[in-house]
Amino acid sequence: MASLKELKGRIASVKSTQKITKAKQMVAAAKLRKAQAAAEAARPYGQRLEKVVASLAGKVTGDNAPRLLAGTGKDDVHMLVVANGDKGLSGAFNANIVKAAIVKARMLIAQGKTVKFYLIGRKGRAVIARTFPGLIVGEYDTTAVRTPGFDEASAIAHDISARFFAGEFDVAHLFYSAFKSALAQIPTEQQIIPVAVPADAPASSGAAVEYEPDEESILADLLPRNITIQLFKALLENMASEQGASMTAMDNATRNAGELINKLTIEYNRSRQAAITTELVEIISGAEAL
Amino acid sequence: MALHFELVTPERLVLSEEVHMVVVPGTEGEFGVLEGHAPFMSTVKDGALKVYARDGAEPRIIQVEGGFAEVSETGLTVLAEKAA
Repeated sequence: MASLKELKGRIASVKSTQKITKAKQMVAAAKLRKAQAAAEAARPYGQRLEKVVASLAGKVTGDNAPRLLAGTGKDDVHMLVVANGDKGLSGAFNANIVKAAIVKARMLIAQGKTVKFYLIGRKGRAVIARTFPGLIVGEYDTTAVRTPGFDEASAIAHDISARFFAGEFDVAHLFYSAFKSALAQIPTEQQIIPVAVPADAPASSGAAVEYEPDEESILADLLPRNITIQLFKALLENMASEQGASMTAMDNATRNAGELINKLTIEYNRSRQAAITTELVEIISGAEAL
Repeated sequence: MALHFELVTPERLVLSEEVHMVVVPGTEGEFGVLEGHAPFMSTVKDGALKVYARDGAEPRIIQVEGGFAEVSETGLTVLAEKAA
């Protein structure tokens, strides 16, 4: 049986761990509310832009279609854009996104395609670098900013589009975690290049719409913006998911620590009692011997 | 007699109100939108958006960057990357 001093030390150490997890849980809860509000506030822009792009994409087809919409005509090189967080202590949040990306990469490689990785965020880099050495062609560091915002999304989108126009890849997929609730975050894959047009594009209202400049130019202007907004959305969803996952994981950790403290306390009390009993027995038998 | 005007940025819905007229700095020239304007789509250059709450009132000026304007039967929607 462990000595009293040892037990005392362990209890103290678990207690301080519990303090950390509890603090992190409360911080995550507060941040989650903010992240959720930000994700909701961003929705109108995305919805409207998507509607406009969908209605325009239906009109511009054939050779006139911009490359971001039509693609390169090939399907050989796939770029997997993996958006992760920068910090740990958030349960399986980062691991789940990375897992989804790795599954997709394996599938593509099995089909004989070339796979490249573009990483956003610090977490997950090690795992992907180990699993697919040499396939990471780019990364974007978000550690410098506290909350990745539109400027970051825009910078990433520019970098990715530039690589697309330089012919580095044909198709780009984005991996992030969609926020459902504090308990459920779903790793999600989305094709960002060529731009996937929703199948249920709203039929244009009967009235003839005038365009200034022409449809192609407007579309060419809007498509890069659409990629930016998709990335922005992914970053926001990721943030909310990270905080949600963190909150749940830390809640569990706090509870586990509490249980462990109870168990250790009982053990401590038992050993203390045993020591006292032994001492008493010794004294009594000593007195009897006299 | 009011035009429904919405200004949206990626961060939030900046403005959603009934106004008299909005003058938008389109890439091919400024254009004013009143109620009942024909359906219209245009890219917007960086510049000042003038919002007239009432006829003859002093315009409220909003600087926009990286924008796009859409006029439909429901009103005018300006999507901008930045608005201040």
